[in-house]
Amino acid sequence: MQMQSPALASADAVPVLALDRVTKSFPGVTALDQVTLALYPGQVTALVGENGAGKSTLVKILTGIYQPSDGTIKVDGADIRFPTARDATRAGITAIHQETVLFDELSVAENIFLGHAPRTRLGLIDWRTMNSRAQDILTGIGAHLNPEAKLRDLGIANKHLVAIARALSVDARVVIMDEPTAALSHTEIHELYELVEKLKAQGKAILFISHKFDEIFRIADRYTVFRDGQFISEGHIRDIDESDLVKMMVGRDMDQVFPPRDRNPGAQVMSVSGLCHPTEFDDISFDLGRGEILGFYGLVGAGRSEIMQALFGITRPSGGTVTIDGAAITITSPADAIAAGLVYVPEDRGHQGAITPLPIFQNVTLPSLGRTSRNGFLRLAEEFDLAREYTQRLDLRAASLDAELGTLSGGNQQKVVIAKWLATQPKIIILDEPTKGIDIGSKAAVHAFMAELAAQGLAVIMVSSEIPEVVGMSDRVIVMREGRMVAELSGDDLTPEKLVRQAAGI
Amino acid sequence: MLKRYLTSREALLFAAIVALCLLIATRFAGFVAPSNLLRVFNDTSPLILLAIGQMIVILTKCIDLSVAANLALSGMCVAMLNLAYPDLPVAVIVMVAIGLGALMGMFNGILVWKLAIPPIVVTLGTLTIYRGFVFLVSDGSWVNSHQMSPAFKAFPRSELLGIPMMSWVALAAIVIFTVVMTRTTLGRAFYAVGGNPHAATYTGLNVGRTQFWAFTISGALAGLTGYLWVSRYAVAYVDIAGGFELDVVAACVIGGISIAGGIGTVGGAVLGALFLGIIKNALPVVDISPFWQMAISGAAIIIAVIVNSRTRRNTGRIILKSAEKPA
Repeated sequence: MQMQSPALASADAVPVLALDRVTKSFPGVTALDQVTLALYPGQVTALVGENGAGKSTLVKILTGIYQPSDGTIKVDGADIRFPTARDATRAGITAIHQETVLFDELSVAENIFLGHAPRTRLGLIDWRTMNSRAQDILTGIGAHLNPEAKLRDLGIANKHLVAIARALSVDARVVIMDEPTAALSHTEIHELYELVEKLKAQGKAILFISHKFDEIFRIADRYTVFRDGQFISEGHIRDIDESDLVKMMVGRDMDQVFPPRDRNPGAQVMSVSGLCHPTEFDDISFDLGRGEILGFYGLVGAGRSEIMQALFGITRPSGGTVTIDGAAITITSPADAIAAGLVYVPEDRGHQGAITPLPIFQNVTLPSLGRTSRNGFLRLAEEFDLAREYTQRLDLRAASLDAELGTLSGGNQQKVVIAKWLATQPKIIILDEPTKGIDIGSKAAVHAFMAELAAQGLAVIMVSSEIPEVVGMSDRVIVMREGRMVAELSGDDLTPEKLVRQAAGI
Repeated sequence: MLKRYLTSREALLFAAIVALCLLIATRFAGFVAPSNLLRVFNDTSPLILLAIGQMIVILTKCIDLSVAANLALSGMCVAMLNLAYPDLPVAVIVMVAIGLGALMGMFNGILVWKLAIPPIVVTLGTLTIYRGFVFLVSDGSWVNSHQMSPAFKAFPRSELLGIPMMSWVALAAIVIFTVVMTRTTLGRAFYAVGGNPHAATYTGLNVGRTQFWAFTISGALAGLTGYLWVSRYAVAYVDIAGGFELDVVAACVIGGISIAGGIGTVGGAVLGALFLGIIKNALPVVDISPFWQMAISGAAIIIAVIVNSRTRRNTGRIILKSAEKPA
């Protein structure tokens, strides 16, 4: 697959919106590195890339929420800047987000025109004009909704249509759709396709962000691929096929080095059989051995974290058995799981892990208080010893273990959260997106640490959306799609292409 | 270590209380006489007891507005019990008061835990219910001094080492709950649940159950205070301690208990209560109208919140590598 030059594209027309070498860096991380993008009137451009490729950052730059660190944005060939979200709207750029931001207690028309409602001469809201214009827009997208209905009375699909109508109410020329079909059923997706066709016919330029290959090949005219914050390729969708696209998405030189590991798992420590949940996942079965790293890969929303939460007792599965060390156990609360030697390091460590007003040592010992207390009374000296032992293992730098956790930097808070779990001396540790949102150097440290844990005989379950990490660290990978296990890959089968194909169902 | 204690919220508040006392002494020297200070402490004991309970509830991200109504109902019940069985020992009366208060606290706790109703709504409801029950059990009538047995009335006033029992009860509560909060797993759970309920859940704590115990403690202390209040003032009627729950919350806020949960100490709650107690006792003797009293209490609340949020902001995060090294 050759890289196609962006110059080729300009043969069709002048792009409505063009990004030229736009860079966005955050402290420690470059989210976008000199990316290029061009959107043409009446055409759908699919933006494709793995998680972390920089798509969300791009949308935020286009809608005026982030300012680029470098590079230029052009509308109709002229340089432009969007200091605020309002400026982006004024330039005719509108976005329909993954999670639509709407107001349940307001009417359909109010939701559509919130912030730019038509006014009467006295400056009051012109309800009649607003309702009739809302009706026009809704009819235009084939939505048969009453503009005066309260939003909370609508179903999820109709709410989505309201969100689209809102995006169109500002006379948009560029419409950004960020995974618009994620929450929709099959029929609704078809209606969305028709809507996209209508918008195309009206000459609007559409940026379509999706993980689903079938819809990309069905409605996109062009594609642009990002990978790790960099522009990889662009061109006409008719010139490529699915495997070309997969290659562009994942075909990185494996420059990340993963720690060498002895990949011979020991005796079975955990076995899960037929685990299911009424709405989230079905028929999940796997075994796990000592010293093994088992990866769980899938698109966001494939049900991976939900399985882990059920295993850990946060939610209750509706059926299935869990065996740890040969004994069938019932886990109805996290306390049960911890007692059985299973711990879960959640994805959102700030939100679900760190208790910032509590001193560092108390954070570390919280799940292990049973060991450092007698009859409900704490033994502070034992607590300190335990906390010191595990924070030292993680090389934590802190002035005093007595200081509030909130005084540490984010990276050090993460160390404390991990120390907390290791201090419970678990047999099995579930790491949910262990390296999400941390820079490349810290990632390597986390990977080395995981390898060390496995070498010590700990069984590791790693939920990750980052392909290099999944391939580089796992002994085996279970691929999830829409709440079901669709493949188990290991050895030579464990390749980036196979992962993406299985996860996307192509 | 010493520096940390000197700059803590409690030390700041203690300094403010000392300054306040000195200021009052310039107008009325007798105020700072040890005997008078003991009297002020004794007067403030009910507020201290309730503030300790309230602090624990607020630590867990909840609030208990029903404490004053709980106090009134527990107080009325034990007064009527005394009326019916004048020979019942005071120890039994105290146990009944604590038990009744704890039951009312548990009812709040169950609603918060099992039905997940916001605590402010639950306790606003039970505030009215408990207050209504006082009317129902007493039929709106008073239990007056002459109807109470001498032993019933004597307990809070009887002295040990020159200090009234009421003060001893408050001191005992301070010691017991300081130990509970700093030296037991339950105390640790209160801090963890309020500091970050999600994280607490993931570490195996049951957030709802922990909040339930906080309400139970708050209720038990309110019940105990109910007996002390009724016996000390030697009267029980429907409206006793009406609106007192706001003083209790105010004492906690002045004492540096974060309304967002997870931050606060027994010492802070006690100092907050004493601050309010001193203002209430001192201003009348230095000839300041009760309206100023309310304004000063109100200003103290706002100043306390500002000071607390500022000290928290100034701490900041350590991001610089150089600042991370042990100081």
